Amino acid sequence: MGLLDYKFENSNILITSLDNLLNWARLSSLWQMQFGLACCAIEMMAASASNFDMMRFGVIPRATPRQCDVMIVSGTVTLKMASRIKRLYDQMPEPRYVISMGSCSNCGGPYWEHGYHVLKGVDRVIPVDVYVPGCPPRPEALLEGLMKLQEKVRKGSLVKVSA
Amino acid sequence: MTAQEIHDSLKAKFEGAVVEAKLDAPQPWIRIDEHRIRDVCRFLCDEPGFEFDYLMCLSGVDYNDGNLGVVYHLSSMPQKHKIVLKVRCTKEDPHVQSVASVWGTANWHEREAYDMFGIVFDEHPDLRRILCGDDYPGHPLRKDFKVPEFYNGMKVPY
Repeated sequence: MGLLDYKFENSNILITSLDNLLNWARLSSLWQMQFGLACCAIEMMAASASNFDMMRFGVIPRATPRQCDVMIVSGTVTLKMASRIKRLYDQMPEPRYVISMGSCSNCGGPYWEHGYHVLKGVDRVIPVDVYVPGCPPRPEALLEGLMKLQEKVRKGSLVKVSA
Repeated sequence: MTAQEIHDSLKAKFEGAVVEAKLDAPQPWIRIDEHRIRDVCRFLCDEPGFEFDYLMCLSGVDYNDGNLGVVYHLSSMPQKHKIVLKVRCTKEDPHVQSVASVWGTANWHEREAYDMFGIVFDEHPDLRRILCGDDYPGHPLRKDFKVPEFYNGMKVPY
């Protein structure tokens, strides 16, 4: 049950688990690491712009990995860029998530066979939570991927159960 | 000025520098000795009547017969004429004169040709790789290039 399903009418008191509360807060403010690498970045920008308005999900693009929860890798990951992606991912505070957007960062895309310079999937250097297929995916697809990630965050737990 | 006139002037001015030419092609080309290409380009750029002030493109080529080449597409804005120059060099000794001192745009184009084909442009001001990483093994657009199995610990083939 989501947090907002509880009513506020009676006494301004709501009862929920700590996990539920923390997860609701986290999934409602997934700040995004700007990582436009190729044409997918155009769709990512379109998803952020007013027609699709990704900010209504609490997604704010940040220019530093230290303020980010989710890295949307949108575009072709070259071998030269892969080490930079790894370093930026390492600089993000945990818990951190990765959305791989588009065929190139999923699996190499059109460069899968003759791409001497392309990493065949960003999951070879960093763990990926959600893969968004498409070349490039439409903004709706990215939003769907984001909502999948929110599902994942909702099911997670930050509270350690000690014996 | 027609390609034939350009060809004849170069032949008269630079003894032995014109190696080969095909002037009835859609884009007429003249092959120049790789050790004299800079003088020829300087002449074509500065000489009144030629005034090739614009290097449209500089490309590397692997002819797959042991030879590499460089192709220069020149254009003149005041004279409204064009010409293509070519040079060749061997894979064992891939040295070509740089023309970066004639057209500034050749600087990055020559770096790209060096990156992709390993053609060394002599007296280039800053001959480094421009696209691949500095530690990339080999020159990827050569016909005999094999994609490395690993690059910096990352598996490269699919």
